[in-house]
Amino acid sequence: MEILAQQLVNGLFIGSVYGLFAVGYTLVFGVLDILNLAHAAVFTLGGLVALWLVDTGGLSIWLAFPTAVLFCGLLGLLLDQVAFAPLRQRADSNFSGLISSIAMAIIFESAALGLFGARTVRFPAHTVSVHIWRWQDLSITSLQVEIVAISLLLMFLLTQFLNKARVGKAIRAVAENDRTARLLGIHVDGIIAFTFFISSALGGAAGILFGLYFDSLSPDMGHSIELKGLAVIVLGGMGSIPGAILGGLAFGLSEVLTVAITGTSNLRDAVAFTVLFTVLVLRPSGILGKKKMREA
Amino acid sequence: MNNIKRVLGIAVTFCLGLMLASGPLCPQTFAASKEAKIGFALSMTGGAAAYGATQKKGAQLAVDEINAAAGMDGLKIKAVFEDDASVPQQGINVFQKLINADKVSMIIGPTLSNTAKVTDRIAQKAGMPVLGVSNTAPGITEIGNYIFRDSLTEAVVIPHTIKVAKEKFGLKKVAVFYGNDDAFTKGGYHAFMKALKDNGLTVVTEQTFAKGDRDFSPQLTQIKSKKPDAIIVSALVEEASGIINQARQLGIPNSVPIIGGNGFNSPALIKNTGEASEGVVIGAAWNITSALPMNKKFVADFTAKYGNAPDQFAAQAYTGVYIAYNAIKKAGSTTNHKAIRDALAKTKDLDTVLGKYSFTSGRDAGYTPIVQIVKDGKFAVLGE
Repeated sequence: MEILAQQLVNGLFIGSVYGLFAVGYTLVFGVLDILNLAHAAVFTLGGLVALWLVDTGGLSIWLAFPTAVLFCGLLGLLLDQVAFAPLRQRADSNFSGLISSIAMAIIFESAALGLFGARTVRFPAHTVSVHIWRWQDLSITSLQVEIVAISLLLMFLLTQFLNKARVGKAIRAVAENDRTARLLGIHVDGIIAFTFFISSALGGAAGILFGLYFDSLSPDMGHSIELKGLAVIVLGGMGSIPGAILGGLAFGLSEVLTVAITGTSNLRDAVAFTVLFTVLVLRPSGILGKKKMREA
Repeated sequence: MNNIKRVLGIAVTFCLGLMLASGPLCPQTFAASKEAKIGFALSMTGGAAAYGATQKKGAQLAVDEINAAAGMDGLKIKAVFEDDASVPQQGINVFQKLINADKVSMIIGPTLSNTAKVTDRIAQKAGMPVLGVSNTAPGITEIGNYIFRDSLTEAVVIPHTIKVAKEKFGLKKVAVFYGNDDAFTKGGYHAFMKALKDNGLTVVTEQTFAKGDRDFSPQLTQIKSKKPDAIIVSALVEEASGIINQARQLGIPNSVPIIGGNGFNSPALIKNTGEASEGVVIGAAWNITSALPMNKKFVADFTAKYGNAPDQFAAQAYTGVYIAYNAIKKAGSTTNHKAIRDALAKTKDLDTVLGKYSFTSGRDAGYTPIVQIVKDGKFAVLGE
């Protein structure tokens, strides 16, 4: 029983990181119908920049975290301006944008490789003070609690922002129909840029949390989460933020339980993607995805 | 244009003539200067560059010491360092050059087992003695009777580690955790399993991970629930660091030792894991704290010369040069490769920084490995 409880904690934790990563993906997709494949590279850079700020810059992690998140947000703006904005008037902007985002991913990754080297790097010891709570055989670290709390808080704030704030409403209006939004006097390009800012900032935050917990960062760490992030938003329902969170948790739990039951990590991805496949067969729009009401 | 070609042609002919003429003169020149050329094929660039760099430092230190001690008339060493770029293709070029152009007495290297499997065949065919100083994969010395190595294989280190750990901790049941998609970690796993069986230990659970995994908590949670006396881990240092950290975070106490092989034997392990590494047990070919006077001097000289402490690879390269020098001296010739080979094979109870050194009948390293435990953030000797 305690093993199961511990495994649920393990899954909840990794699932919330997946969720946070996938929210950024799904936000851009919901607004633009475009997959931003450079998201994983921003995730990587977020972790590495935070590490650089702590290690070389000598900042405390509580200062380095928001700084690196802000940096990733700015990367998002750059991404929009370079990879997406120039293509927006083309009829096939969905595909060309996808391709140019792959190019940006390669550029970001090479930059990370050039700046930080190919080696696995770590945060210096005691970057965050870790307290471990034990209850019978159950162990939970304060870092895990902080990471889950930060993830859930960021996701909650984002949902509130989209539902209540004026800019959030504008984002949803653009998502609904950008032409109508423009007619209503919404500055569509600005809103899209802002969406990229938030999306990338969240991706960067996920990268920092991931790096902090596993304490092992390398320029290729985005690869391990890239496909999973995609699977999570498909599972949760494309464009749905609560869906991304739920999808992330479901994915994390299925991974952890697979490893726990089989005793090997080789089947981890196989089972996770089989779950995805089954959900798609039974419910093509994902767990929380709405059926397409009309084609634009 | 034509003129340039002609000049070039003459120059080439002239050079070739010189080379031919100097051929027969060579042995006399060597005899006069009493110098043995040793070729070093080390990975200075590419994936194994970190290992190659420390090997070169260790070898250079040994060469400098030997040449200083040789004085005016003694046999000196001329080291020819070449970079095999961590790939077999470049290794072949380097071996061809050392054998045919430099005409070395023998070759030390290459850094990687993967490269050795290709290059050592060339040397065997050419009758050139090779001494590997870091190859641990099976099937290297089996290539032929000219191939030697002073690097202990996992097959020797691991059974010894298990034996010593069992005695010291009174182990009965253990958990095994290994990477099942890598030749090195899988080889380590097989060696561990055999040693566990030979020592009558029960394996309560076997768990695996894959290259690049960062989250080991599901497997470690399963391991914890079986309450083993020790956890046997076959992993490289990056994964090992994650495993040790996460095991301690999950509440597996430091009194349950985590036991690893050569992959653990790096100062990076302690740096990466900090307090979590206390009580980690590592079987190794060499230990920096070994009390041998020769080893103490080596560590002090190395640190003075390069400003950082030596590691296992430096120690093995350093030892390799002494073994080679000893054999060439005993052979009484720098050009008779057969005599050098025979002298190498006869190396017996040579005092080295690794311990009393002999070759086994299979031309592998023959000396007792060391078992270390991490104590107060440092490697200490658990037993021999």
